[in-house]
Amino acid sequence: MNASIWIIPLMIGFILAYGTWKRVPTYETFVEGGKEGLSIAVSIVPYLVGMMVAISVFRASGAMAFLSSLLKVPLEAIGVPTEIVPLALIRPISGTGALAMTTDIISTYGPDSFVGRLASTMQGSTDTTLYVITVYFGAIGIKRMGNALKVGLLADLVGMAAAVIFVTIVFG
Amino acid sequence: MVNLIWAGLFLLGILYALMNGTMEEVNKAIFTGAEEAIAVCIGLLSVLVFWLGLMKIAQKSGLLDLLGKGFKPIAKKLFPEVPPEHPAMGYILSNMMANMFGLGNAATPMGIKAMEELKKLNQMKDNASRSMITLLALNTSSLTLIPTSVIAIRMKYGSVSPTEIVGTTIAATACSTIGAILIDRFFYRRSKGRDSM
Repeated sequence: MNASIWIIPLMIGFILAYGTWKRVPTYETFVEGGKEGLSIAVSIVPYLVGMMVAISVFRASGAMAFLSSLLKVPLEAIGVPTEIVPLALIRPISGTGALAMTTDIISTYGPDSFVGRLASTMQGSTDTTLYVITVYFGAIGIKRMGNALKVGLLADLVGMAAAVIFVTIVFG
Repeated sequence: MVNLIWAGLFLLGILYALMNGTMEEVNKAIFTGAEEAIAVCIGLLSVLVFWLGLMKIAQKSGLLDLLGKGFKPIAKKLFPEVPPEHPAMGYILSNMMANMFGLGNAATPMGIKAMEELKKLNQMKDNASRSMITLLALNTSSLTLIPTSVIAIRMKYGSVSPTEIVGTTIAATACSTIGAILIDRFFYRRSKGRDSM
């Protein structure tokens, strides 16, 4: 995966070179966009605090270990570590919940562990289906959603299975 | 849904602790969990500020629009009902580009604009058209190229190589996006078959 360390520096270089060539005030534009980033980061504080406290209570009580032990045999038979189950369940439902769960997994098992890498890949590769449907269809007043929910959730499943497969191939 | 899960995590955790004598740990978890969340937000802050700042440059310089043009042939195939010069197409392309570069909050307004245009194409009916479901599928499978928040969290917890998951993320995203399109096609064909019978 050596190519991965090249992607970000090259993108940054290209964006700055192109911006300068097009005479965009690069630094001022950067600051303007950075302020948006700041307000996003601040606005997710309460979501993350709420979710992470709930998850750590659930984990500390031993309930999560109990739940995982129930699913251990069938999942390990197909090569899925049980530690990932809570993330897979919450990913389509709540974006901040999934972010909190990913953080919890990475801090518990380490970012460079197999589960840590799997959680990272899963978190990055799908979006919160329920949120997207609510926002997009809510905004234009769609009442009959057709197959939207089914398509979104099945695509999430495909993405998660793909995450397990690719992480196993690359890091397994 | 989220409300139930959130309260459920607390209630099940407390109930389980009550039965198994782990209340001590639960007490600790309440405070460490909150502290951890704040630490994560600070970690995210650095990456979000830097990345959104940079992407603003890409947006203003016209780089995103330029890339969008390259995707037009693909978009035409994905949205056969949308005339290529219709404003909906422009919004769809902007939405795709913003998603790819992790500009979630720029992608959402573009996506909503695209949906509004698609609704006009659908004679303002209140049911979801085929193009709307396709656009939704593209957004729920998230075409991210750079998973910024994940990289930030990995950095915070001392990963040796925080960006090593970019490759697997892009591969998994590609699968879920292609999956979304195929599943969308499958349901569309099936419902069309049913209508014509």
